[in-house]
Amino acid sequence: MSPSPDSPSPRQGDARNLLDRVWDLHTVRELPNGQTQLLIGTHLIHEVTSPQAFQMLRERGLGVRFPQRTFATVDHIIPTDSQLRPLSDSLAEEMMRALEANCREFGITLFDPTSGHQGIVHVIGPELGITQPGTTIACGDSHTSTHGAFGAIAFGIGTSQVRDVLATQCMAIARPAVRRIDVTNKLGGGVYAKDVILAIIRQLGVKGGVGFAYEYGGAVIEGMTLEERMTVCNMSIEGGARVGYVNPDETTFEYLRGRDHAPQGEAFDAAVAGWREIASGPGSRYDDRVELDGRDIQPTVTWGINPGQSVGVNEPIPRPAEARDEERASLEEALAFMELAPGEPVAGTKVDVAFIGSCTNGRISDLREAARVARTGKVAPGVRALVVPGSQAVARQALDEGLDEVFRSAGFEWREPGCSMCLAMNPDKLVGRELCASSSNRNFKGRQGSPTGRTLLMSPAMVAAAALKGSVTDVREVL
Amino acid sequence: MSPVAKLQRVEGRGCVLRGDDIDTDRIIPARYLRCVTFDGLGEHAFEDDRRQAKGDHPLDDERFLGAGILIVGENFGCGSSREHAPQSLLRAGYRAFVGGSFAEIFAGNCTALGAPCVTLPPAELAALMESVELDPGQELVLDLEARTLTSRAGTVAVSLPEGTRSQLLEGTWDATGVLLEAGDAIEATAARLPYVSA
Repeated sequence: MSPSPDSPSPRQGDARNLLDRVWDLHTVRELPNGQTQLLIGTHLIHEVTSPQAFQMLRERGLGVRFPQRTFATVDHIIPTDSQLRPLSDSLAEEMMRALEANCREFGITLFDPTSGHQGIVHVIGPELGITQPGTTIACGDSHTSTHGAFGAIAFGIGTSQVRDVLATQCMAIARPAVRRIDVTNKLGGGVYAKDVILAIIRQLGVKGGVGFAYEYGGAVIEGMTLEERMTVCNMSIEGGARVGYVNPDETTFEYLRGRDHAPQGEAFDAAVAGWREIASGPGSRYDDRVELDGRDIQPTVTWGINPGQSVGVNEPIPRPAEARDEERASLEEALAFMELAPGEPVAGTKVDVAFIGSCTNGRISDLREAARVARTGKVAPGVRALVVPGSQAVARQALDEGLDEVFRSAGFEWREPGCSMCLAMNPDKLVGRELCASSSNRNFKGRQGSPTGRTLLMSPAMVAAAALKGSVTDVREVL
Repeated sequence: MSPVAKLQRVEGRGCVLRGDDIDTDRIIPARYLRCVTFDGLGEHAFEDDRRQAKGDHPLDDERFLGAGILIVGENFGCGSSREHAPQSLLRAGYRAFVGGSFAEIFAGNCTALGAPCVTLPPAELAALMESVELDPGQELVLDLEARTLTSRAGTVAVSLPEGTRSQLLEGTWDATGVLLEAGDAIEATAARLPYVSA
C-alpha cells in the first residue's frame, strides 16, 4: 500500500530518487574505474544494430547469457506498402534473414509480421507489457528512452554494447546525474505531449541533458496517459539526455494490468507493491531542477535542423541578428538549409508531405487525435500524406475504430506498421527539396531520406491540420 | 577473446570540422545502415554534406588528407545511437576526436572501439582549430596519461570522463571481458529481480 500523505513515509530519510533505486537494485558490482556493472533486465533488438553484434559473439565463441530476456522485432527497414517476402529491397531482405537466423540460433523471441505483434520496437515493448516499472532496458536505438514512461531506466546503446548485453546481460556504465523537470498547471486545448517535449528541448537545448537523466513530473505529466508520457520520454535524447523517465503511478499500473508479458493475478499485485516502492518521493534529491508552466506551452513547430530549433506556431522564426553570439552560426546554417524567412511566423509555411507515425507519435491515441482533424476536411491538392501505425496491434485497433477509413476518405495513405519516413531506411522517403510536416522526432538534414529534404516536427494533430490546409496551421483553428 | 590494446597516446595530423550539433545522420546517412557488417562504411562518412559542399568539405581538403585526429565543435555525434557513425570515421582513418562536447551515446560507442573523445574549453578549442587550419602539416599529440593535447599552439589540458580514460589506458575498453569476470554475481543479481528470474 502507498503511505497516506499524513503518515510518515516508510522511506523517510531515504533521499534516493527512482534512478538511484533502480540502479542500486541492478548493480552487479562497482568496477575499478568508477563505472557500474549494471544488469540489463530487458534487452530489445532490431534488424539494424544487431547483426554485427551476433557476428562478434560468434567470432569470440560466446553465447547469449539470458536469451529469454532479449526480444526482437523488425521495424527500421520494413516497407510499409507490401511486407510480402522476399522484401523487394534485397539488402532489407538480407537484414531480415540475418535477424531471423540469429534469433533462431540463439533462442530469442522474434515478433515478426507473421506473429501479429510486429511493430516499432518502442511501441511493441510497452503494448506487450514487456516494459515495466523499476526495470533496466537497453536497445540499440537512441529512442529507447521511450520506455522510461513506465518508470524504467531505459537507454540507447551502440552495437558493441549490444554484444556486451547479449554476452553478459550487463553493461559497464557511469551513473548519470538526475534533473527533475516539473511541468506545472495544465495544458491548453490543442496542446499535446509532443508540444511539451519540444518546449522542454527548446528551453534546455539539444545538449542541455548530456550527463543527465531527466525525471519528468508535475501536474501536467501526472495527468498524462501512458502513451503521452511515452512521447515525452521518447525525445529525451533529442535534448541530450540518454535517459528520461516518469515515476510509476496508478495510470502506469492500470495500463499494464492484463498485458501479455505483465505479471498476472496475485503476482501482478505483488509487482505493483514493489513498483510503488521504487518511485521517487518528496524527499528525493536531484542534481538539478527545472520548472515549466504548462499554460505557456503552445502548439510547437521546428523551423531548423535540430529539435531544439522550434517556435510556437504563431511565433516568428528567429532572426540571426537577435540570436546569442554562440548560436548565430547554427541559426544561419539552419535558415539557409530550410529556406525559411526569419521574422515570419512558421504558420503558413507550405508543406509537400505530411507524415503521421514513428516511435514518438505512432500510437493509437496519436492516430485518434489526427483522425479528429482528418474528419474535418480533405488533404490539400499536391500534398502527399501518410499514416503509418506504430505496430500491428495499433493497426488492428485503428481498423476496429474505423480510423483507417477516416484517413483514407480524407486522402491520406494508410500503411503497414514500421518506422517508415522517420528515418527513411525503407522506401518511404522525401524527394528533392520536399518539405514535410512530420510527427517524428528528428529534423536533421537529410533525415527523411532526401539529402536536401526538409522536416518540420510537430504533433500528429498539427500534421493532420497541415495536410488539410497545405501549410503549417494552428490546429486550434481546426478543432 | 579479441586482443585489447592499451591506449596511452594518439599522434597524428588534425582535420578541422567546424560546426555544432553535427548529428550521426550527417556522419553516416541512414541508407548506409542497410547492411549486416560495418565493412565499407569509411568511404561514405559525411557523404551528403560532402556532396552538397561540392568538394569544399574538410574531409575532401587535401591539406587534411591522412589526418588521424578529427577536431569538432559542440555536441558532436548527437542523434541516433548508430555505431555505424564512429565505425565509418574510424574506417576513414580517424583514431581520436577532440571537440567542445560530445553526445553521450556517440562518445560511448567511440570508447567501445578504443577511440577517445576528449573535450577542450571554447578558447583552447578555437586556438587549436586556428592553429591546425593555418598549419595542417603539424603533428598533434593526445596524451591520455597526462590528459594533454600538444600542438604548435601549445600544450593544453583535455577532459574526458575518468572511467573512460582508465578503460583506454588499461585496455579494458572492449567491455565484454571485464563484464564476464563478474561470473555468478550476474546470476545472483538477476535472482533478486522477479522480472528477470521468473
